[in-house]
Amino acid sequence: MNTDVKAVRAAVDGAFRDEWGRVVATLIRTTGDWDLAEECAQDAFAMALQRWPKDGIPGRPGAWLTTAARNRAIDVLRRKAVGAAKLREVAAMTLPPDSPAYEGETDHSGVPDDRLRLMFTCCHPALSLEARVALTLRTLAGLTTAEIARAFLASEPTMAKRLVRAKQKIQHARIPYRVPPAHLLPERTPGVLGVLYLLFNEGYAATAGADLVRQNLSAEAIRLARVLVRLMPDEPEAAGLLALMLLHDARRCARLDASGDLVTLEDQDRWLWEATAIGEGVAILEAALRHGRAGPYQIQAAIAACHATAPTADRTDWPQIAALYGRLAEFLPTPVVELNYAVAVGMARGPGAGLPLVEALEASGKLAGYHLLPATRADFLRRLGRMPEAAAAYREALELTSTDAERRYLSRRLAEASAQA
Amino acid sequence: MRYLLLICGDESAAAHAQDGCGGWMEDMQERGALRAAGGLRPPAEARTVRVRRRQLLLSDGPFAETKEQIAGFCIIDCADLDEATEAAARHPAAAYGTIEIRPFSS
Repeated sequence: MNTDVKAVRAAVDGAFRDEWGRVVATLIRTTGDWDLAEECAQDAFAMALQRWPKDGIPGRPGAWLTTAARNRAIDVLRRKAVGAAKLREVAAMTLPPDSPAYEGETDHSGVPDDRLRLMFTCCHPALSLEARVALTLRTLAGLTTAEIARAFLASEPTMAKRLVRAKQKIQHARIPYRVPPAHLLPERTPGVLGVLYLLFNEGYAATAGADLVRQNLSAEAIRLARVLVRLMPDEPEAAGLLALMLLHDARRCARLDASGDLVTLEDQDRWLWEATAIGEGVAILEAALRHGRAGPYQIQAAIAACHATAPTADRTDWPQIAALYGRLAEFLPTPVVELNYAVAVGMARGPGAGLPLVEALEASGKLAGYHLLPATRADFLRRLGRMPEAAAAYREALELTSTDAERRYLSRRLAEASAQA
Repeated sequence: MRYLLLICGDESAAAHAQDGCGGWMEDMQERGALRAAGGLRPPAEARTVRVRRRQLLLSDGPFAETKEQIAGFCIIDCADLDEATEAAARHPAAAYGTIEIRPFSS
């Protein structure tokens, strides 16, 4: 039987998004070797590309891949002449069985799966924040080193080095592979939340190529956030993060038009926003805020809620949003937050008030190479009717962006500005 | 897993030299986790040795002229880095100095 090559490719891609993290997490638990786990997972996916066209796509790709990766690990360990005890342990490892029980172990069990263990280990405070994020995206989400590098405005060799060093540190310093004990959870949680949010964003706006919405990554971030919220009902920031993700995710369908181009918040068809997700997000946020311990995720969720609950773009409560960004800057004094504050001020008090903030940020050089900086300046200039300057700024932004949809959006704005210049 | 705890501090840490370890040693010994430990004389009494091109090079003072210097060390056995971190955090010197945890290679 020859299965259509395209169908196999699609099935392997789908399985990669769904199963990579699970396969790697399980193999790390059983072999204790991160590189081996990644290698064997990679081999399993390569094997799928070879075998599935001949044998057909298996009913449970995840189980097939985990078994293939496990067998590969046994081969490698055997060749390395590892002790018999270790081999037996790997051979006997819990596999996702070819039974419906595997389905049950998704997000309703409340039992932390291997991926949660992997996430807490990736987010261990002995690793730098950059390393934690990179490692989680690589091992859990299966992003390539190039994709991770792009997401963090770093070069690919820098990112590759970061990953190698992080894995070496885990191995050599013996960072435990586990969900931390209860007394350590509160100090370990922010690292996990930060990584989940980045993971969500990676899914919400992919950094390379045309698939702007890699829904699965965002869904995975939301799934893990739900697990975290269940595990830590008294951690309002976990709930704040979940609310934030739901509120963003609710607008997903309205973000792109029929041709796949970006639609700005202002122009989005609000009928396409998912009322159920917005309702859930707002409810979770309100419950979180009742703890009286505001934090960056709750504030960002409050900003998202301002947008999500405005009946029309004109009736958005921009002064409230500007105030929230001001508050957010106290928790997260980052240039991206400053840029968003400038945008909100521009909306609340006019482009003339926002422009100097963006220009100051640009002069500081803190966001050099970030396309949204010239894109924001371009929008302010356009709204001020300064078309030649706006056109120049759109051109600058175009040179820096890498996704097709953003490029098309900026090109359209550039054409408008050039026509009126 | 074996870890070296390097107890570091600036000059003000010298004031704590005679403090002792407030039961930390005893506690670690009871757990069977303490391999070795010792406090050191001040860095001014240090001597450094290098051999370059078969030449013996000697100098007085510590290896690196930094504000914080090594004042003592402990070698401990722990299950993992979390356990070593908790042990270091319990050491009285953590309250005034800095404790660097270094895993032994292999």
